[in-house]
Amino acid sequence: MTITISHYLAVSAILFVIGVFGIFLNRKNVIVILMSVELILLSVNLNFVAFSAHLHDLVGQVFALFVLTVAAAEAAIGLAILVVFYRNRGSIAVEDVNMMKG
Amino acid sequence: MITGLGAAFFYLFAFIAILSAFMVIAARNPVHSVLYLILTFFNAAALFLLTGAEFLSMILLVVYVGAVAVLFLFVVMMLDVDFASMKRGALEYAPIGAVVGVVLAAELLIVLAGNATHIVAPAVTALPTPDPAVRHNTAALGDILYTDYIFYFQIAGMVLLVAMIGAIVLTLRAPRPNVKRQNMAGQVARTPADAIEVVDVETGKGI
Repeated sequence: MTITISHYLAVSAILFVIGVFGIFLNRKNVIVILMSVELILLSVNLNFVAFSAHLHDLVGQVFALFVLTVAAAEAAIGLAILVVFYRNRGSIAVEDVNMMKG
Repeated sequence: MITGLGAAFFYLFAFIAILSAFMVIAARNPVHSVLYLILTFFNAAALFLLTGAEFLSMILLVVYVGAVAVLFLFVVMMLDVDFASMKRGALEYAPIGAVVGVVLAAELLIVLAGNATHIVAPAVTALPTPDPAVRHNTAALGDILYTDYIFYFQIAGMVLLVAMIGAIVLTLRAPRPNVKRQNMAGQVARTPADAIEVVDVETGKGI
C-alpha cells in the first residue's frame, strides 16, 4: 500500500464536489452555503499541500497559508453580513435577499 | 510517498473526512452540520500531517476549529431561524446538483487518471523543502515566510485587519436615543475643582 499524490488529489476532488453539491442541496440556507464554501477552500488547500509534498517545494504550503487567511476573513465577513441581514429582515432565507431587486 | 501504517491511516482519515463532509451538507440540523465540519477539519489536519506539513496542520486546527467553526456555531445558535422550513423542498434542486457534481467529479477524475502519474518533480525547485531532520517544517516555513514572502505575509495581515474592522463596523449598532449610558470620558475628566464647592455658611441662616 503506497499513497501517492493521486490519492490526495482524489480525496481533494471528492471534497470539492461535495462542496459544490452542498451549494445546490442547501440552496435556501446561507449558513450551510458558507460551510460548503469552506469545504471547497479546504479541498484547494489539500491540493496545494499534496503538491508541495510531492514536488518538495515549500511554496505550496506558503500559498495554502494565504488561502487559509482569506478563508478565515471571508467567513468572518460573511457571518457578519448574515447577522446584520437577520437583524433587518428577521430571516436568512436566500429568497428573501431581494431588497436590491437584483 | 507514504507507505505501511501511514497508508492505512491515510485511508482512515480520508474516509472519515469525506463521510463527515457529506454529512455537513446532508444534516438536517445546522448545529450538526457545524460539528461535522469540525470533524472534517480534524481529519484534513491529520491528512496534512501525513504529508509532513506540520505547521499548516496545526494552523488548520487553530484557525478553523478554534475560530471559524466556533463562529459558525455562535451564529447558528444566535439566530432564531426555523431551519426545518428551509429544508422543505431542498431536494427540488438535488437532481441538477447531482448532475453538476457527477460531471465535475468525472472531469476531475479523468484529469487525475490521465496526468497524476506523470507528475515528476522538476530538477530545480524554487524553494526546496529542507530535510526535516535538519530543519523542521515550522522553521523552514518561517525561513521563507519572513524573507521571500514578507510582503505577501503583510498583505495577509492587512486582509485580516480589514476583515476584523469590517465585521465590527457591520455588526455595531448605532447607540439608541433616550438610553442613559455611562460617560467614561466625563467621569475620568472630573476634578475636585469642578465637583466640590465649599460654601461658607453663616450660623443660623442656612444657604
